[in-house]
Amino acid sequence: MGYERQADFGTPEVKSDITVTVNIDGRAVSVPAGTTVMRAAALSGGSIPKLCASDNLKQFGSCRLCLVEIDGMRGTPASCTTPVAEGMQVHTQTPGLQKLRKGVMELYISDHPLDCLTCSANNDCELQDQAAAVGLRDVRYGYAGENHLGEQADTSNPYFDFDPSKCIACSRCVRACDEVQGTFALTIEGRGFASKVSAGAASDSFLSSECVSCGACVQACPTATLQEKAVKEIGKPERAVVTTCAYCGVGCTFRAEMRGEQLVRMVPWKDGKANRGHSCVKGRFAWGYAQHQERVLSPMIRERIDQPWREVSWDEALAYTASELKRIATKYGRNALGGITSSRCTNEETFLVQKLVRAGFGNNNVDTCARVCHSPTGYGLKTTFGTSAGTQDFDSVEDSDVMLVIGANPTDGHPVFASRMKRRLRKGAKLIVIDPRRTDLVRSPHLEADFHLPLRPGTNVAVLSAMAHVIVTEGLVDEAFVRERCDWDEFSHWAEFVSQERNSPEFLEPVTGVPAADLRGAARLFATGGNGAIYYGLGVTEHSQGSSTVMAIANLAMATGNIGRRGVGVNPLRGQNNVQGACDMGSFPHELSGYRHVSDAGARALFEAEWGVAIDPEPGLRIPNMLDAATDGEFKAIYIQGEDILQSDPDTKHVSAGLAAMECVIVHDLFLNETAHYAHVFLPGSTFLEKNGTFTNAERRIQPVRKVMEPLNGPKGNGLEDWQVTQELARAMGLDWNYTHPREIMDEIARLTPSFAGVSFARLDAEGSLQWPVTNAAPNGSPIMHIDGFVRGKGKFVVTDYVPTDERTGPRFPLLLTTGRILSQYNVGAQTRRTANSVWHSEDLLEVHPQDAENRGLKSGDRARLASRAGETTLRVTVTDRVAPGVVYTTFHHPATQANVVTTDFSDWATNCPEYKVTAVQITPSNGPSEWQEGYEALAQRARRIETQEAAE
Amino acid sequence: MSADTGEKLVYMVNQIARNLTHESNPADVIARHVITFWSPRMKTTFLDWVAAHGLAGLEPAAQAAHTLLAGAGADAA
Ligand code: SF4
Ligand code: SF4
Ligand code: SF4
Ligand code: FES
Repeated sequence: MGYERQADFGTPEVKSDITVTVNIDGRAVSVPAGTTVMRAAALSGGSIPKLCASDNLKQFGSCRLCLVEIDGMRGTPASCTTPVAEGMQVHTQTPGLQKLRKGVMELYISDHPLDCLTCSANNDCELQDQAAAVGLRDVRYGYAGENHLGEQADTSNPYFDFDPSKCIACSRCVRACDEVQGTFALTIEGRGFASKVSAGAASDSFLSSECVSCGACVQACPTATLQEKAVKEIGKPERAVVTTCAYCGVGCTFRAEMRGEQLVRMVPWKDGKANRGHSCVKGRFAWGYAQHQERVLSPMIRERIDQPWREVSWDEALAYTASELKRIATKYGRNALGGITSSRCTNEETFLVQKLVRAGFGNNNVDTCARVCHSPTGYGLKTTFGTSAGTQDFDSVEDSDVMLVIGANPTDGHPVFASRMKRRLRKGAKLIVIDPRRTDLVRSPHLEADFHLPLRPGTNVAVLSAMAHVIVTEGLVDEAFVRERCDWDEFSHWAEFVSQERNSPEFLEPVTGVPAADLRGAARLFATGGNGAIYYGLGVTEHSQGSSTVMAIANLAMATGNIGRRGVGVNPLRGQNNVQGACDMGSFPHELSGYRHVSDAGARALFEAEWGVAIDPEPGLRIPNMLDAATDGEFKAIYIQGEDILQSDPDTKHVSAGLAAMECVIVHDLFLNETAHYAHVFLPGSTFLEKNGTFTNAERRIQPVRKVMEPLNGPKGNGLEDWQVTQELARAMGLDWNYTHPREIMDEIARLTPSFAGVSFARLDAEGSLQWPVTNAAPNGSPIMHIDGFVRGKGKFVVTDYVPTDERTGPRFPLLLTTGRILSQYNVGAQTRRTANSVWHSEDLLEVHPQDAENRGLKSGDRARLASRAGETTLRVTVTDRVAPGVVYTTFHHPATQANVVTTDFSDWATNCPEYKVTAVQITPSNGPSEWQEGYEALAQRARRIETQEAAE
Repeated sequence: MSADTGEKLVYMVNQIARNLTHESNPADVIARHVITFWSPRMKTTFLDWVAAHGLAGLEPAAQAAHTLLAGAGADAA
């Protein structure tokens, strides 16, 4: 694809059952009733000059450039605000209109610097285009306009500049911030040509304002006023490739705009069904890590982890690795080997890693980092509904009347979807937030949650039981739905259980800390408020009762009839970009792709026929069990693709002891991550910009990832995409793999996985994306699931009794620590820390309630020692009433924090998903890093040494 | 096999048992859960630990599940 701007139809799409036919410049065009004349003209292939209109913003009608003549109508109405009517005759180009438009344009240009040739937006500027479109040749007012010229540019944002001298006051930026992003950071003051855009208060810059750097205003600006710094530096892009963001589970579609081999910018793509043209700071701007100097580009090996790394060729690295794996298998048996797949890599790459383990290593010791985040989702939803996935597409939120958000912080974790939620909430939907912390969604400009239930960490199940109690005992159950769709006996058993007095909000109030009256109000609102949709995140799953909480959520949705249509459903918000895909691809030790148990002989037979090997019918080891087995001397080698288990898994000491006991740790990643301190082989990875494949987002949407540049991890043109590295390793071990492109891997996945039967790269290219299941029955995919009945047959109610975690507060550890993430950083931060995003978050902070801080003599900015029974670390404190007394909160984006030195090894009863969200801790003032932090820093320095080549004489 | 690992597995079985007490046949469901999700190594480590230390550390429903697992032990291992 060459480079041209994506078509802009001027005003948003309108949905209507009525079609209206109008005539524009002699061309008949039929559009939904309510469509504007401007949009109709654009749809008919024409284009009316415009400046203040854009099809992702509500029409505004301020620039007066889009005037038209309509037969039978007086004057010259603005086409962007005039709706079509049946039989309308529109003229978009007449001598009169031309004159009017020229006049308007002259006014704009007289107030605009005429440095087009040296302007960074030259040839990519709507103002320029429109001046050309109206045929402007002369400016009668002279160029002495003085309203904006010569003003100081605001360059405080690390990614884009604001140069007010070029502003034409169209207010598209302000409206984009309000309507698309929902942050309301920008204002426009004054009227007409004297008006002025500013971020926050007059004294604010973009950086100090409320701006979250989503880029929507930059996207909306028709001039060079708001523009990416990279365009200034590199120049206008010359080619472009549509691809998918590699950060979070929203899965935004972007267009990577390139100049040569250089990425100039990532622009959100309006046809992306997950993001509909919006973006957040990570996907839009934080891709600089791909070129970061710390990226390792050469394979490296060492025999022992106390040696420095030695850079070697791909051939040597792969031959060494294969021989080590074979040696270990011979000496300790095949069960001493295992692998970990990554939720950051593509479906095809994940599929190959698990294939290498099952077919090459000959066991099922494969697990994934999804273990530590969403494994309870898989278990809970499969048990209750029959499918390990969310039930809706993101568009569904447009029809929700009540949103219940539990254990999720979408404005930080899933920002683009949060913007879509906020848009619906501003239109009147109701909101219930269940979270120990007052998240941004609870209170933000023009929004306030109807209920915020600030529960004690670890009491999710109790709160949901109490909600169920209210719904059942007050007769709010959707009995018709339950009778038709669910197993009635199981429902009755459940209803009888939740009705017990010990599940009432009043009885549970001392446990949950949630006022009973609020809880009753929230339950009534959810059951009676119309379409109810539940969105949840890691605050649900990362608990000792994570699976129970997911099932309690499913119970609630079934009892209120909120499943199987638009606007409702149970929606897990996935952390990493391909968590859903990693789970789908058979990354768990007990399941083949498509969630079929390894003991299922029929499923195994398919794989055995395709792969020509026997599949072990017994489940393999999960990550924590691999580490246990390693400490016991029975597990010796691990291949870890794109995951940093030392930093992301709980109880760091347990992880490091396990890794240290292995003889061959293979890390396949972009950077020497924390896990690599214990590695013997480092295989350099490729970024999402350097490979082809697919990611599957939280809506089960399979989306193409397209290569825009050559992998850097090899001599030009000989770098390897991650799937190629796995293939080469398999070949070095003697497996006969010959994939030439990821499309062939997807074809194999489709042959072996019923829910992917209709998926292929060709279909994905044609459709843009597909939501599984894609089958004969649903050839175009399945935006919404369980429409006519549950996948498992009858919906299953499961009694979920509240079992308090064994992690309890006491005199030594009186506070509860819970963890989360923030907008500008991503997961363990390996990528975002290596971008300018660090200006927003340079270290992890510990949020402490004023009362707890005062009792300990701590104030914001002080360093505190944070200790649990597992370990201790230090970090800086910020005092805030966002957290309740007795609760402290931090993020885990920086390795120096070592927050997981503090978390314990308690985990979900069903899946062993670690209990990150509840740890009993004590905090005390401290004046320096903990011993562990210091010792670790020293270890990290030593472990990262790379042998320097002898200089040639 | 270390004592540590055995104790961890006993803890896990007890935790599973506490979350499944409301099933109509808890012992069956617990045993089925272990068979479905645990690797052979985990199952044998657990059975060996109980063989060495007795049933006292197990919740009642977990004891019943253990009996079922020990019976199926020959083919699970
Ligand atoms: S970058 Fe986003 S949040 Fe910041 S001002 Fe622009 S639209 Fe608003
Ligand atoms: S900054 Fe750009 S979008 Fe905003 S008012 Fe000025 S010209 Fe319009
Ligand atoms: S919301 Fe997620 S997928 Fe979208 S741009 Fe941001 S990080 Fe990428
Ligand atoms: S585009 Fe219609 S008034 Fe500006």
